[in-house]
Amino acid sequence: MIKNISNLGDAALYCDFGKEVNKDINTQVIKYFKTIQKKNITGVNNITPSYNKLIISFDLKKINFNKLKKAIDNIEIIKGDSIQNKRFEIPVCCEKEFSLDIKRLEEKLKMKEEKIYESFFEKEFFCYMTGFIAGMPFLGDLDENLRAKRLDTPRVKVPKGSIGLTEQFANIYTFESPGGWNIIGNTPLNIFDSTKEKEPNLINPGDLVIFKRITKEKYQNYHE
Amino acid sequence: MNKNYFEIIRAGINSTFQDLGRNNLYHIGVPFSGAMDNRNYLLANKLIGNDYDDPVIEFAYQGPHLKYHGDKINIAITGDVSFKIKKGDNLIDGECYQSFILENDDELDILSTNKSVYGYLAISGTFDLKFQWSSCSTNTKAKIGSNNGEKLSDNQKINVKEINNNFVNRKLNYVNTKIENIRVIKGTNFNYFSEEGKKIFFKNEFKVSKLSDRMGMRLEGKKIENIVDTNIRSEGLIKGVIQVPADGNPIIMLSDHGTIGGYPKIGVVVSADYDKLVQLTPGSKVKFQEVDLNSAETLFKLYDLETQNLISQI
Repeated sequence: MIKNISNLGDAALYCDFGKEVNKDINTQVIKYFKTIQKKNITGVNNITPSYNKLIISFDLKKINFNKLKKAIDNIEIIKGDSIQNKRFEIPVCCEKEFSLDIKRLEEKLKMKEEKIYESFFEKEFFCYMTGFIAGMPFLGDLDENLRAKRLDTPRVKVPKGSIGLTEQFANIYTFESPGGWNIIGNTPLNIFDSTKEKEPNLINPGDLVIFKRITKEKYQNYHE
Repeated sequence: MNKNYFEIIRAGINSTFQDLGRNNLYHIGVPFSGAMDNRNYLLANKLIGNDYDDPVIEFAYQGPHLKYHGDKINIAITGDVSFKIKKGDNLIDGECYQSFILENDDELDILSTNKSVYGYLAISGTFDLKFQWSSCSTNTKAKIGSNNGEKLSDNQKINVKEINNNFVNRKLNYVNTKIENIRVIKGTNFNYFSEEGKKIFFKNEFKVSKLSDRMGMRLEGKKIENIVDTNIRSEGLIKGVIQVPADGNPIIMLSDHGTIGGYPKIGVVVSADYDKLVQLTPGSKVKFQEVDLNSAETLFKLYDLETQNLISQI
């Protein structure tokens, strides 16, 4: 349930589902997202679900914070609308040229490179949300011992396909972009395809993902 | 073979097709995009009698140098822009907020934006463009939108599908003003920052960094100290959000911004100031000034009225 609604600037609602992050709360967020989306409220531009927040941005010419807050306060979520899970295996190469932050992580986590990879690969992760850049999946949860903060200053360019870690989550940079996550490898798989307007994202909220380590040779010869 | 087209002699620094942008895609990570300076975008279209949401060419700093081939066409440029029109041996100094007619073999050379970043070129015709999710807006980072998601390049052609026979000469008296005080509403993580940090944010000057583009504007200044956590759980962003990462320098989200972010939000720029914010060139000094939600809504109404008023004068 939404615990509190406040304003984010003058053209967005900030719906807070509480401090905790887990699959149940995230499923609630996604259900709210789907319900609000179906309502087609005039003036709503975008609805962004995340782990435990929902941000609704709107056109200030058509509606304002108080009016939209009233509409959201009165929303009842549709029951029994379950989220369907798909399962993906993502190949990842961890050669030096791809694992940009492995040394930083070794220091921060006080773990050897091999141990870091051992804790990361072959585990099943849940997709909490997609975004930041188009199609980027936010996957969790990482083992406790793998949790590190973002870089102090985000990189101006993170290469396409980079696999990043931060706190309890892993993500995939679907194309070159700025970013502050700790990069440990790279996938040759295409995660976002803008030519498929109806379903551009390979991985969607609720899906399950397992990372598989591959050699450089396999990476170079990878054909989807 | 397309009869009417522009030949690009020089593409300029960052010339892209833009319109009003795309809605309802943040949840898959696709940003709003669209023209950075909405008012100047609308005025460009209105000056040649187009619909308010027609595609235009947005350029930054140095614009394109174009040679036109085809039947006569009307054009208008908005912003604070120096440009020249070459008709045979005749070189004409262009003026913003005024329509000009281009004929076969005429050249349009958009030299530079003056003390501003973005300018707009609208034509009395339909560019032949690819639309994605109902918008032509080019997002070069995600490779989305017209021109295969790329900025314009040298020696390329821009085809014009149809020309509207709209040759009325229109003019508007308008001068862009530069903003120094950016008005903001406190962000959802305002209390993550030390008392000193909050003071710095509202009292000190910040300099616009060179690392600014359509995604975001990085600022440099005295470090804003975080006393709670330099990371938050990643959550949705909107344009105008000011995030402060661990290095203490603010970053303002602009039209092609990431849809999700994990740095604390110290503030959000009010909608009324957005068009002027994006026009700040690297090296510009700015200050933040706090306003509440009610004032921000009033400021937006005034901004919108002023825009409508300008449109009605055309």
